[in-house]
Amino acid sequence: MKEFKILAVLVVLVGALYYGIEPFAHSVMHPEVAPANFAFDDLKNVDTSLKGNVDNGKVLVEANCIACHAIEAAGHLQIMSNADAAAAYGVNPPDLSSAGRIYDKNFLANFIYNPVAAMKLDHKYPVGGAKAFPMPSYNWMQPQDIMDVVAYLQSISPKVTEDKAGHEATFKAACSRCHAMKYGTLEATTPAETLKTYLGTTPPDLSQHIKSRGEHYLHSFINNPQVLLAGTAMPRVGLTEKAQEEVIAYMEEIGDSKKAERESVGLWVMGYSVVFALLAYLWKRKIWKKVH
Amino acid sequence: MDESRRGFVGKAFGAVAAVGGVASLLAMKKTWDPLPSVMSAGFTTVDVSGLEANKLEIVVWRGKPIFVLKYSADMKPTDGRSVKIGEDYYSVMIGLCTHLGCIPAYRNDQKDFKCACHGGEFTDAGINKFGPPPRPLDIPPFKLDGVTLVLGEEGPEYKAMMAKA
Amino acid sequence: MAEFKKADSMLEWFDQRLGVVKFAKVMMTEYWIPKNINFLWAMGVLLSVMFAILLVSGIFLLMYYKPDVNMAFDSVNYTIMQEVGYGWLFRHIHAVGASVVFLIIYIHMFTGIYYGSYKKGREMIWISGMILFMLFSAEGFSGYMLPWGQMSYWAAYVITEIFGGIPLIGGDLVVWIRGNFYVADSTLTRFFMLHVLLIPLGILGAIVLHFYALRFPHVNNVEGEFFDFDEEAEKYLAGKHKESKVVPFWPVFLSKDFFVLGVFLVFFFYLVFFHYDFAMDPINFDKADGLKTPAHIYPEWYFLWSYEVLRGWFFPVGPLSGKDLGLMAFGFANAIFLVMPWLDRSPTVKPANQRPYFGIWFWLMIADLMVLTLFGKLPPTGPNAWVGFGASLTFLVLFIALPFVTIAEAKKAKGK
Repeated sequence: MKEFKILAVLVVLVGALYYGIEPFAHSVMHPEVAPANFAFDDLKNVDTSLKGNVDNGKVLVEANCIACHAIEAAGHLQIMSNADAAAAYGVNPPDLSSAGRIYDKNFLANFIYNPVAAMKLDHKYPVGGAKAFPMPSYNWMQPQDIMDVVAYLQSISPKVTEDKAGHEATFKAACSRCHAMKYGTLEATTPAETLKTYLGTTPPDLSQHIKSRGEHYLHSFINNPQVLLAGTAMPRVGLTEKAQEEVIAYMEEIGDSKKAERESVGLWVMGYSVVFALLAYLWKRKIWKKVH
Repeated sequence: MDESRRGFVGKAFGAVAAVGGVASLLAMKKTWDPLPSVMSAGFTTVDVSGLEANKLEIVVWRGKPIFVLKYSADMKPTDGRSVKIGEDYYSVMIGLCTHLGCIPAYRNDQKDFKCACHGGEFTDAGINKFGPPPRPLDIPPFKLDGVTLVLGEEGPEYKAMMAKA
Repeated sequence: MAEFKKADSMLEWFDQRLGVVKFAKVMMTEYWIPKNINFLWAMGVLLSVMFAILLVSGIFLLMYYKPDVNMAFDSVNYTIMQEVGYGWLFRHIHAVGASVVFLIIYIHMFTGIYYGSYKKGREMIWISGMILFMLFSAEGFSGYMLPWGQMSYWAAYVITEIFGGIPLIGGDLVVWIRGNFYVADSTLTRFFMLHVLLIPLGILGAIVLHFYALRFPHVNNVEGEFFDFDEEAEKYLAGKHKESKVVPFWPVFLSKDFFVLGVFLVFFFYLVFFHYDFAMDPINFDKADGLKTPAHIYPEWYFLWSYEVLRGWFFPVGPLSGKDLGLMAFGFANAIFLVMPWLDRSPTVKPANQRPYFGIWFWLMIADLMVLTLFGKLPPTGPNAWVGFGASLTFLVLFIALPFVTIAEAKKAKGK
């Protein structure tokens, strides 16, 4: 029928246009990058197959870490205020309570060995450069000792619930030292001014990043920022796949809180429209029978 | 009443109405004008003594990014565009691409500017060398006060530059 | 005053005072539309419905939106999108509707061109329609600025900057339009005023004119056939429904439109709820920052073709810079559709497939607009720049050639 032919022409033209200006143009502007690699197998300084000893790890942590880091889960409370700690180190040193849970084992071990290399921040802290990363490399430690520290940190990490509160806890541990989440009333624990000096720029508020960057981008970015934004001050975070999913889930719960409502209302409204169209068709047929 | 008189009164009425209309339009045009506070919005001063060579400094003047670039030893001054302050040469330019106003980025390895929007390129002195930009980066009115650069005021160095261009 | 006798019914009461029976006849049951039409004739009603949807959703957005550079972004993305009950729904409908309404406008417009519905007495329908297109464009542009995201800011920046190319007054004109040296609070509030008041008023006026302009020349039909509407209407009223070439607007014409509307709404709501990124660009969920240009700046899809006409001219010719040439081509492209009835010199009113030369011209124009739109979004580097130039030049050539093409066609038709 003639009308179907016209409709087919329309659909082809509009479809080609849509394909060109959306998926195709965006693939040209934002080429695909290597997918996120949660094995962190580019880091080879520490033999992570070694089995860690929790008790020795506890001794090592208490000797080496708690001068700067709080570990609330093990009773080492934060000594300085956020602002003072930030002023002293440039950025707030993280509380290590969740480190064993949110960071990948391979990443964490290699981070202790050489933080700058693990985070891929060599462009900011070149060897022998003027600025030094606040945390020293523990490359003098034996791999077994490093694995003991990792094992200890993993043993003390408190579990979190599989809900918004749990996602928020992971986000706070992983992102909140630099990034604010205004729509979730979370401020960065390091003051903005200090961050600006430390990073050279103020890190963005993440309230709408689930929309502006999208899940797909975040999935690749958090795990390796340099592939998508060369030269950025953002470190490779080193999260496990599960922790990263929790972070992204939290960003969605805050930045796109009506998603579930939108999708269920959407189905109802579309269903309604289908009924509307069907009845309109029947009515039209009845009326046009008289004039054709 | 005779025809011509009615014609005259009609025309006079029309003229008065037209004057009123034009006057209202002028008043409306004024309402859209930038406010005096906007027009006189301050002069930006930049102390150039602390700048690092071959590293772009961006300051804001009237909402526009102003590029201040101190030349390193291997960068040659461009006649009529580079400013000598003390012993060193500088580029002082409005950091908006002359094509459609995006902010070009400085590539300090290639010592040039590249506009991400439409691919225009400029030399270290802001001369357009590739792509759609129709002219070099604009130079904002400035005055030198020792090692301080005052943006928004026309000093003798600026006038000399404009005379050459 | 006339004597009013006591009314026997509510209808009669209103009829005595407002003449509603006569009004309903004139507007609905005895407003005649040709019978020989296809679903493309439903686009006008679709547009009316879309306008109503935009108006209503806009009213609800207006209650929580704050036109202030410090508050606009959060008032949209937090207050409206996450706090207000169904605020997200109205925002999605408004944003997606604003984009889809242009798709329907383009279909409506090219249907008019294809079937020659701008000719022989229908010039005012066409012109009022093009005025509506321009007003909708202004409405779309001013509205896009309001969420105060990065794309809002930079699209506003680039588009207002275009006026800077006008000789002599350009620089001052840009500052005057913005109310500042850059896109600032003054710009946001004045575009807010335009978007919610002045332009919608203009659109309402132009819609009335557009509908009124249909009254005398009547709606065209798929064959471009001329017939006596009064005669056909009499046949219809005499009960010869099948024989008559016309149908009344209500209920016959509208029953078909409602069916088309229903199908359209399924598609529209799918976009609103599940596929809205094309109308709500992710980049616009970053707050506006005048000192940070996004890597890629592009207008909304419906402006891409004229943006590419502007951008295609990237090198100087003689004394004119690329920017001047682009601006001239842009001005030409935006004004040329308005004079379409006079560019087509052939007196024939027929669909393009029954017109040998015009048919070819029509599909070339569609193809060129498609190329312009596609390349308007891609970064203009390397060969893309030359394709853009070629398509921009082709656009100008096509419209300059149109009078000659149609004169030749008319001559050929006479020769037969």
